[in-house]
Amino acid sequence: MTRFRLNRRNVLKGAGAGLVALSTPTIFTRGAWAQEFCNDPSKGKIIFGFNVPQTGSYAEEGLDELKGYELAVKHINGEGDGGMLKTLKPLALKGNGVLGRKVEYVTGDTQTNTDAARDGARRMIERDGAIMVTGSVTSGEAIAQQALCQEMGVIYMAGLTHSNDTTGKDKRRYGFRHFFNAYQSGVAIAPVLAKEYGTDRRAYHLTADYTWGWTQEESIKNATEALGWETVATVRTPLGLGDYSQYLTPVLNSGADVLILNHYGHDMVNSLPQAVQFGLRDRQANGKNFEIVVPMFSELMAVGAGEAVKGIIGTSNWQWSLEDEGTKAFTKSYGEAYGVPPSQAAHTGYVQTLLYADAVERAGTFYPPEVIKALEGFEFDGAGNGPTLYRDTDHQCFKEVLVVRGNENPTNRFDVLNVIGATSREEVTYDPSIFGGELGPYEPNKC
Amino acid sequence: MNAFLAQLLNGLDKGGAYALIALGLTLVFGTLGVVNFAHGALFMLGCFCAVTFRYLITIETVTIDPEKLSPWGTPLEVRTPLVQNWFGDFGAVLVDYSVPISLLLAVPAMLAIGIAIERGLIKHFYKRSHAEQILVTFGLAIVLQEIVKSFFGANPVPQPIPTDLRGAADIGAWLGMEVHALTYPWWRLVYLAFSLLVIGGVFAFLQFTTFGMVVRAGMADRETVGLMGIDIDRRFTIVFGLAAVVAGVAGVMYTPLLPPNYHLGMDFLVLSFVVVVVGGMGSLPGAVVAGFLLGILQSFASMTEVKSLIPGIDQVIIYLVAVVILLVRPRGLMGRRGVMES
Repeated sequence: MTRFRLNRRNVLKGAGAGLVALSTPTIFTRGAWAQEFCNDPSKGKIIFGFNVPQTGSYAEEGLDELKGYELAVKHINGEGDGGMLKTLKPLALKGNGVLGRKVEYVTGDTQTNTDAARDGARRMIERDGAIMVTGSVTSGEAIAQQALCQEMGVIYMAGLTHSNDTTGKDKRRYGFRHFFNAYQSGVAIAPVLAKEYGTDRRAYHLTADYTWGWTQEESIKNATEALGWETVATVRTPLGLGDYSQYLTPVLNSGADVLILNHYGHDMVNSLPQAVQFGLRDRQANGKNFEIVVPMFSELMAVGAGEAVKGIIGTSNWQWSLEDEGTKAFTKSYGEAYGVPPSQAAHTGYVQTLLYADAVERAGTFYPPEVIKALEGFEFDGAGNGPTLYRDTDHQCFKEVLVVRGNENPTNRFDVLNVIGATSREEVTYDPSIFGGELGPYEPNKC
Repeated sequence: MNAFLAQLLNGLDKGGAYALIALGLTLVFGTLGVVNFAHGALFMLGCFCAVTFRYLITIETVTIDPEKLSPWGTPLEVRTPLVQNWFGDFGAVLVDYSVPISLLLAVPAMLAIGIAIERGLIKHFYKRSHAEQILVTFGLAIVLQEIVKSFFGANPVPQPIPTDLRGAADIGAWLGMEVHALTYPWWRLVYLAFSLLVIGGVFAFLQFTTFGMVVRAGMADRETVGLMGIDIDRRFTIVFGLAAVVAGVAGVMYTPLLPPNYHLGMDFLVLSFVVVVVGGMGSLPGAVVAGFLLGILQSFASMTEVKSLIPGIDQVIIYLVAVVILLVRPRGLMGRRGVMES
């Protein structure tokens, strides 16, 4: 057996070998992570997994989100007019795919159901070979998929998820959220509510009974109570309930003068018109006009709620009528492709796909830890909400939050929401420690 | 007092729907002796009669308005329903009132569907066990909902309330209270009145017509009626069609309250069976009484004061009552001896 001896000859040999290794062109080391991470696309196809609710309470948002994803893939692959590829800054994507190769995708239906969402994401990773999974309309779906993706070492770009928990106590290293959250909604909407309805109000909450509803209720309750409003009652309603009448009748004689509907998707599309049918907006209570507030809603929900949405105040992540170049480019691409303006769901899906693809391009690899590092702390502009930061400590995006109102006098069938305010990125920025949680390790698991 | 009256109205309104569905279910069980697990699917098919009717009368023409631009810069498309082009204002009224008008489509359609189901499938299971009847009708329900899903998709299809019936009636003012002290949506009042009308109509039909008399006689003693030379099977077939019509029209008028999807029938099936069991298997008055009773209890259980005492009671009250009734009165509120008993 030969024993290693530390002598001058061996030291010179080792130093020489080290110098050769260091001077090796990086082209030989690129892809050095091959076979060390889940669904490495270096020897196969580049598959993105788009897992959205195509049925169930939030199907409409999910189907629109899917259109955003599909448009993003077209633009990444150099098809169509390029959309936000012309406005995003900085941007490494060249319109020739990712790292010079075309992207393909698979789709799934989460059925607006947490278990189905997790199963769909697992199928995409294990059977379809997805290198990145994205999509959600409920926070339950997002949190479940995010946790799974952390376990399997696949990056998850969240779709619509508004719960504080997604980038709070349930945050994960492999999960990133472009959408705003309930805390930010509360901060953004409170000054507008004070201005419009005063500081002496009594609020009654109807809340969808799952993680998003709970954090939404907590955030809005905190924000309105800080204004001086009193909370009369907080009542939980089952997700996907169609007939809210039994929950609305107690509101009539509760002593409240504001109804806050912490509902989203079909829940809101059902509960808001029913609240209006019950004559709540024609009532006087405590000497004031009775008001209804929907803290977070979207274009699609406004269309679904019809006349009932007129004058209703809420917050929104993005709105197609914004005047910046990124919004204009995306609205044009989407409108030409689908014949309607994009919703915030479509926008979120589109932007998340571009951001992931761009991060891979900047990292020069699909190796998840490098892509994660490329996304963490990434500052960009041109995606529709002004300068935006992907914060490294919790993977939450920080950007302007919009306050919107249902249009009283729409000029066409698309003109349903007016942007009545925008709260700056600085104002909606918070200390990440308030929502707790741990991101977890960078190193991927093999799936 | 106002809160009590509001919850009572809500309970009656919900109870109306429960009673209508349970009535048809009991009618089939009382006459044919068949436990029809496809009855919820008939309610769902009624809903989709309204959806189909609206789809047909809102087929649109698309014209381009060169003066206006879409948000993405192309000329704006203007869509107008064909009936509005053909009939002007009357066409617009047809579109606005599509839900109640669709009853004209739903009645013959549901009658035909009911008779076809009874002649094509159910009659072959009259002499089979209840377990087999349940299996075959449950299978039928799944087939029907999958057919609807393939045509209309899996998502709810909202139906509008006619413009004149939107908003709320000021019931408080009618009763001499303050303005807006007690309000209730017009359409829900219409639904309550409609359900009472249909229930009354069914009872009157069975009570005051010769056909009804024969059916009641057949329910009491099928063999004796047959021995008297009356073709009771043909009448029972019509009764099955009538039950389908009752479920169908209940569904049509319910669509503005709850956007229907293909799965709606299953959602109502369990509830309607609970109503039938609480009312007493085979008892028509029992089904109606239990429908309203459970609707009212469910409504009161949703009051904030009640929920603060017993959290979650609104979700379980119906089943809790069913358990208590079955323990105290195993035949249900108005059940007869010998029905569903060996």
